[in-house]
Amino acid sequence: MSQDATLELVALTKRYGDALAVDRIDLKVASGAYCCLLGPSGCGKSTTLRMIAGHESASDGDVMLGGKRVTGLPPARRGTSMMFQSYALFPHLSIADNVAFSLKMKGVARAERLARAAEMLALVDMTAFADRLPAQLSGGQQQRVALARSLITRPQALLLDEPLSALDPFLRVRMRGELKKIQRELGLTFVHVTHSQDEALALADLVVVMNAGRIEQAAPAREVFGAPRTEFVARFIGGHNVVDDGSGPVAVRADRIAVMKGGMGLPATVRDIEYLGATVSVALQADQLGELTAVLPDGRFFADPVAPGEQVMLAWKPEDAHRLAA
Amino acid sequence: MSDTPMEAAPFAEKAPDAPVRVLSEGLASWLLVSPLAILLAIFLVIPISVIVTVSFWGYNEWDFYPDFTFENYEYLLTSAVTFDTYVKTFSYVLMAWAFTAAIGFAVAYFLAFHVRSTVWQVALFLVCTVPFWTSNIIRMISWIPFLGRNGLANEVLLQAGLIETPLEFLLFSDFAVVLAFVHLYTLFMVVPIFNSMMRIDRSLIEAARDNGASPFQILTNVILPLSKPGLMIGSIFVVTLVMGDFITVRFMSGSQSASVGRIIQNEIALLQYPAAAASAVVLLITVLIMIAVMLRLVDIRKEL
Repeated sequence: MSQDATLELVALTKRYGDALAVDRIDLKVASGAYCCLLGPSGCGKSTTLRMIAGHESASDGDVMLGGKRVTGLPPARRGTSMMFQSYALFPHLSIADNVAFSLKMKGVARAERLARAAEMLALVDMTAFADRLPAQLSGGQQQRVALARSLITRPQALLLDEPLSALDPFLRVRMRGELKKIQRELGLTFVHVTHSQDEALALADLVVVMNAGRIEQAAPAREVFGAPRTEFVARFIGGHNVVDDGSGPVAVRADRIAVMKGGMGLPATVRDIEYLGATVSVALQADQLGELTAVLPDGRFFADPVAPGEQVMLAWKPEDAHRLAA
Repeated sequence: MSDTPMEAAPFAEKAPDAPVRVLSEGLASWLLVSPLAILLAIFLVIPISVIVTVSFWGYNEWDFYPDFTFENYEYLLTSAVTFDTYVKTFSYVLMAWAFTAAIGFAVAYFLAFHVRSTVWQVALFLVCTVPFWTSNIIRMISWIPFLGRNGLANEVLLQAGLIETPLEFLLFSDFAVVLAFVHLYTLFMVVPIFNSMMRIDRSLIEAARDNGASPFQILTNVILPLSKPGLMIGSIFVVTLVMGDFITVRFMSGSQSASVGRIIQNEIALLQYPAAAASAVVLLITVLIMIAVMLRLVDIRKEL
């Protein structure tokens, strides 16, 4: 599976009647990279994924995988495999038969396809459940089975549609780790659709923030968080204050704002204090800039705490203010 | 829970002189169950008990009388006529079932998977029920001018030069009987199969496509197995209706063919009530066994 699996979208467009769901997006995902499509619902991220998978036809533009144009091919002949949000396991088939489904469709003999399904189930640690029905499995277990069913087709790119949204928070973090591990081990290109910033930052080599059918920013996770390109990205990714410094909007990370009881700075009033464990979030009303949030490490905050109603001074380094494009 | 009037407490302050009456739990449950229990007793248990009782009575040419004899059953179960009639009825059931299942599945599949808009789905579904706006008998009889020797079908075929003499098998034949059954009962297949199909998660179809299944493979590997409960419910309707039918067989075969239902009808016409009752009991047991076998094959519980 070490073949070239570079995924490239060229002016990819999806129109429903007059409505543009995806508006001429260009994107290049390096072979073996973990890419997250991030955005609010209705931003076109799922449509984009479904066009890559072939479950939605592209109105215009192309999908290239491993240097080959796959735009018109049926889903199974693109070298992609899709993992569905609800996992879409066949309820009438055992776990082993679910995993072996694609081999059955190809006409592989029963003994051989079950043997290969067993290998895949071993990979996701589900060997013990081979004879059960999907309804007898928990959400996390079903997801592993769905992963095994996708991987047995030996895809170059695995496409995941909100794979973690049906799980409880604890399991979500665990499955997140397992997805990343499998991606690293198999060296596949992953495209993962999510609306959770945490998920995207934790998993992705390439975070693609989408809004209204367009790509707002496509960059490594640290760059998206450290230097959001637009106001939308800064607000959506969270942890940022967007303020107007007179010459246009700038983004300042909440954890880069210093809250002082005196000295030089922007005068502000403390509105609220939220204790978050490792950090403390301070909601502020600045005289000129409106509402701001500062996030302080709990040690620093409690060394000299402020209280709601108190007057403080705010300051940040010039290099922490990122100018935003419109 | 105790039988003491618990609800009385909160109201005690407002209306100390009017304690709320609370039925004991046992009595309440009996009262809740009783409407259905009484209905079932009157319309199911008592009639069947009467039939079973009468089936052991004796009869002669002009009278029947209380008795406890196995003669009715003995005659019934050793008669070659009974055997032949059952074979004939089973053949009707099999043919009617095969055609209604095939047509019902195709119609339901079209409605569920090819008609995209809900409005059209509902509209076409209602169109399927149009024949049911008129009675069984009328729907059946309306075939006669169409299928008869000088009927529309023969006229058209003659004029088109496809045949030289009128086709005789169209009316008053097994063909006509099965045709009428299919016409009358296909909707009983369409409805439950359509219901099953509408419950199939559409992402399963995409998942199958993603795994390389062709449209035909999706049909046989995903849609058909998941439609089985509906198919089975429809089959139960069709099998029980055709097993007990006497009027369709009589009209459409021109009284030339027999079915179990027609035997019972004849016996009643001859006032041989005990014989008719025995035939009815045997028919009932046969149908119950068939349903039990069908329920063994497919688990329909998740559909109810």
